[in-house]
Amino acid sequence: MSFPLLTVTTVVPAVGAILTAALPPATNTRSRDRNKVVPLAFSLATLVLACVAIARFQPHGARFQLTENHSWISQFGIGYSVGVDGIAVVLILLTTVLVPFVMLASWHDADPVVDDSGTFERNRRTQGFFALILAVEAMVVLSFEATDVFLFYVFFEAMLIPMYFLIGGFGDRTKGEDAKQRSYAAVKFLLYNLLGGLVMLAAVIGLYTKTHTFDLVSITTSLQNGTLHFSPVVENALFLGFMFAFAVKAPLWPLHTWLPNAMGEATAGVAVLITAVVDKVGTYAMLRFCLQLFPQASKTFAPAILVLSVIGIIYGALLAVGQKDIKRLVAYASISHFGFIILGIFALTSQGQSGATLYMVNHGVSTAAWLLVAGFLMSRRGSRLIADYGGVQKVAPVLAGTFLIGGLAILSLPGLGPFVSEFLVLVGTFERYPALGIVATAGIVLAALYVLVLYQRTMTGPVKPGNEAVGDLKARELVVVAPLIALLLVLGIYPKPITDIVNPSVNQTLSQVGRTDPAPHVVNAIGGGQ
Amino acid sequence: MDNLIPVLVAVPLLGAALLLCGGRRLDRVGHLLGTLLAFASFGVGLALFFSMLGRATDQRPIHDHLFTWIPVNGFQAEVGFQLDQLSMTFVLLITGVGSLIHLYSIGYMAHDEKRRRFFGYLNLFLAAMLLLVLADNYLLLYVGWEGVGLASYLLIGFWQHKPSAATAAKKAFLVNRVGDVGLSIAVMLMFTTFGTFAFTPVFAHASQATQATLTGIGLMLLLAACGKSAQVPLQSWLGDAMEGPTPVSALIHAATMVTAGVYLITRSSAIFNLAPTAQLATVVVGAVTLLFGAIIGCAKDDIKKALAGSTMSQIGYMVLAAGLGPIGYVFAIMHLVTHGFFKAGLFLGAGSVMHGMNDEVDMRKYGGLRKYMPLTFVTFGLGYLAIIGFPGLSGFFSKDKIIEAAFAHGGTEGWILGTCAMVGAAVTAFYMTRVMLMTFFGERRWVDDAEGNQPHPHESPAVMGIPMVILAFGSVLAGGLFSINSSFVNWLSPVTGYEEGHSPLSTTEVTTGTMVVLVLGVGVAWLMYGRRPVPAVPPLGSLLTRAARRDLLQDDFNHVVLVSGGSHLTRFLVYLEGRGLDGLVNGIAALVGGTSGRVRRVQNGYVRSYALSMFGGALVLVATTLLMRAVA
Amino acid sequence: MNPVNYLYLAALLFTIGAVGVLVRRNAIVLFMCVELMLNACNLALVTFSRLHGNLDGQIIAFFTMVVAAAEVVVGLAIIVSVFRTRHSASVDDTNLMKL
Repeated sequence: MSFPLLTVTTVVPAVGAILTAALPPATNTRSRDRNKVVPLAFSLATLVLACVAIARFQPHGARFQLTENHSWISQFGIGYSVGVDGIAVVLILLTTVLVPFVMLASWHDADPVVDDSGTFERNRRTQGFFALILAVEAMVVLSFEATDVFLFYVFFEAMLIPMYFLIGGFGDRTKGEDAKQRSYAAVKFLLYNLLGGLVMLAAVIGLYTKTHTFDLVSITTSLQNGTLHFSPVVENALFLGFMFAFAVKAPLWPLHTWLPNAMGEATAGVAVLITAVVDKVGTYAMLRFCLQLFPQASKTFAPAILVLSVIGIIYGALLAVGQKDIKRLVAYASISHFGFIILGIFALTSQGQSGATLYMVNHGVSTAAWLLVAGFLMSRRGSRLIADYGGVQKVAPVLAGTFLIGGLAILSLPGLGPFVSEFLVLVGTFERYPALGIVATAGIVLAALYVLVLYQRTMTGPVKPGNEAVGDLKARELVVVAPLIALLLVLGIYPKPITDIVNPSVNQTLSQVGRTDPAPHVVNAIGGGQ
Repeated sequence: MDNLIPVLVAVPLLGAALLLCGGRRLDRVGHLLGTLLAFASFGVGLALFFSMLGRATDQRPIHDHLFTWIPVNGFQAEVGFQLDQLSMTFVLLITGVGSLIHLYSIGYMAHDEKRRRFFGYLNLFLAAMLLLVLADNYLLLYVGWEGVGLASYLLIGFWQHKPSAATAAKKAFLVNRVGDVGLSIAVMLMFTTFGTFAFTPVFAHASQATQATLTGIGLMLLLAACGKSAQVPLQSWLGDAMEGPTPVSALIHAATMVTAGVYLITRSSAIFNLAPTAQLATVVVGAVTLLFGAIIGCAKDDIKKALAGSTMSQIGYMVLAAGLGPIGYVFAIMHLVTHGFFKAGLFLGAGSVMHGMNDEVDMRKYGGLRKYMPLTFVTFGLGYLAIIGFPGLSGFFSKDKIIEAAFAHGGTEGWILGTCAMVGAAVTAFYMTRVMLMTFFGERRWVDDAEGNQPHPHESPAVMGIPMVILAFGSVLAGGLFSINSSFVNWLSPVTGYEEGHSPLSTTEVTTGTMVVLVLGVGVAWLMYGRRPVPAVPPLGSLLTRAARRDLLQDDFNHVVLVSGGSHLTRFLVYLEGRGLDGLVNGIAALVGGTSGRVRRVQNGYVRSYALSMFGGALVLVATTLLMRAVA
Repeated sequence: MNPVNYLYLAALLFTIGAVGVLVRRNAIVLFMCVELMLNACNLALVTFSRLHGNLDGQIIAFFTMVVAAAEVVVGLAIIVSVFRTRHSASVDDTNLMKL
């Protein structure tokens, strides 16, 4: 038996989480730092494993690679089956890349309280924080790997638990009404996603009654060779059941209202974890499960979902413009971006889907860069209100510069990663639904509006009272930001390595759905080059 | 030799990277490094130019494919360069004028603490602009297109601590973004129509596309051009953009970036030639803007804003010419080049004046400066003569050709366009004379500024003077050089195509006409501003003047409709989000909570009542079982 | 004698016990009524065992006795401790379970 690489990739952070939680509470600076270095080391080890996985992945090889199959609950045909295609392996890499940065950016967010005499409050808060992040990482990675519907469902739901504690237990507002807001946000997050999960569970059971297996590969195979056939009513109902859960997680308008609360109340690092990592499972699952299990229903509902995504793009962007709170602004911007991702997935064109996959990566990196810098700024003043800032570029030029670059990535400036994916999504949509494509381009203008308005209000103008002492980025913070920006540049200038991995998988997905790209109207313009 | 093309872009890009990431240790040499790299880029451009001259006409365009950028089934975006006569013209203009302005900025920005960053941004601009004109496909052009937009944003807002500068920068970027949407839709249309967006195959197969598609692409490209080139209705950002340092206004907002729209239209000539509706829209935009800008230019007291109005108007001429089709493309580009010289020269002159006058921009506080700044006066004056089309100078050759071509368009349209262009020439003469008179002639009107400093008008240092002199030479000579043996037409026509226009008026008649309106414009200006002293406080003025001072109310329109409309919309949506969507969700939660609160009262704590409900439940269970059995 | 008569007796005893649980207030009496119900069940189980001719009913009866014994131990302890604190064995007074 070959080395179970994928299992190890998810076991390492899981073990890391347990080990971190078991570390003794910090009593001094050294033991405090040890409690943070250990989880960081585990996340870096996971990153190495993910790199190995992507290196061993052959883009033109089998549909699912590095597979492992073990029986789990054989009575119900539930197996522990993992395997990755091009889309999954790229998203695993994204997750494992982002987690160390999130940890490093959140380095002091959960430090133990030290009283005047220098004694550390003895509790496991610090370890808990980092252990929870590792737990989330393990579950997200396993969700990306799972090729068994039930296995996926279990971890899709289970990751709510550590996320709930991360949102509700750690945050920059700890007193009185504010703390109530935080627990409200955590509960709202949990309830929304549990509701989605519940509907999905019904659909999962419904699926089983029709297929008698949870194995994705065998279901799709029998769908394709005609041995399995859903009646339209059943297929539509099951599709909606799955889609509802993913649309809550992703989040698709109008199921998005948990995200601004959750991101607003969580620390910047956890907010990045929500939007850049956990939510990606939702969009990924649309590609993996909705399209592959229910190809007909996907085509039936695609126009409706596309309309919702376009509404989400515009609505999210407009609300972002109207926000007074930096983190909520980023959250609404994310809603707008998730609209683009879902648009790309359900346009059912290869440009759209490659673009959507790339968009997930780019959105993860760009939001991380933007929001983490914003988090550094907020940690300096302890305020999240835009109105409290002004003229920061005068006192902290590097911070302002990196914040601008992050913002430029968010508004899809060419040369940075998000442009490539956004353009692909728009082209992919436009070739099948021109009107929707054109409406979606309005999102480009609105993105520029909210990014630049935020930059102008916080960074430019005369230095607002209270901002004089805002220091520039420290070494640790630069270590977080610089690689992310470099990554954005690489993704924007030379995304070929990623697209080469993603394209074959997208083609296979599309052929399962039974859609081909519309041909150009003037066919011979390409001169037979294709 | 061919592989020098990427070097052209890479050199300033390297400069930008070094200067922006290099940190403080480059503070002392940053400006020199930036200027050196700009000149290096110009050197490479010259080398490529001479190599191109050495080849036969049909051998001149060269391609250089670098790498595949975005490969997705059917969507193959490449990074490749195409250097033909059109891009060569731009390369020389951009690097040439760009280098001079780098040199000038050494003096102009000498005392700015962020000088290193300024030169970094300038280098970034050069790289992006070169990418724009060298790209061999529309998507790569789009990268340069937004890149120059970014550089423009950074440079307009260079003095970020001034709220007005930050606002102007944001406005410029946003308005440009609206235009960019046009460009991206055009690229998408091309992709769905031709399956590609590279220049060569698109132009080769343009004739096979439907008329509607071509018109759509043309109009979208025009929208893009309107944004970048500050044409009506997207012109409102240019005036505010004057918040940037003056060298920026000279380079980006006069000589190069704002002319990118003209480049785009000329480059897409194959599409525009097949889409008459788009061409008509283009000439209308051009004609409207050339008058619009000229009128604004007449009313502004801020020397830079007056020049900005003039830029708008002159680009209107170019767009008009480009919209005329093959009879106009060459002249659009020719005017673009000569305009690059004299407008850059004028802006540098304005900068020199401001430099000597404690950054005062109000022309009503100038006056009689020719005695204090002789060099600036002479170079500015030559630029002035060039722009109003004084016989023998650059503007005379290029603008007259456009007016002629406008008449040659034929029919009633031709007469209307020609008349517009002619009227524009008169207004140009008027406002430029006004600027000239208010600045350099008359009595001195400067007063102590707010801090009580008396301005001491003085000539600028040589490092600023030399570029002004060179540009003045260009303003005087370029037009003539280009017209000898129609050298410019012969140079450019293989790329853009050229047709001799058949004007209902002969060249002599047109020239006579322009001379008459020229004298008229200058004369009126002299009567108003030369013969009698200029009041230090602007008179109320006519309704038109007052509207022109406010950019012909375009900003007010934008403010009422877009800004306040938009902010009401977002406020409404924020309300709706809280009360509507979230209200619904929270309402459901409250309903569940309330119901459970009521149900809870049944648990009264009496053991007996629990026992009773247990018995009741048992009874129901038994009854149900029996009933089911009876039924079965 | 017809074994079914034992079932009638068991039903009668069970009803007496149930009514007692519902109407009496004294915890001790209540307790005895519960015991009565359990024993009614035992009687019914043993009768069923006899009727069906197997030992299942008798086995379950033993289980019931064990449960009853355990219940007496725990229940009496609770009643005694309640009586000690409240000086009353009335079940209506013990309503602390109410929120």
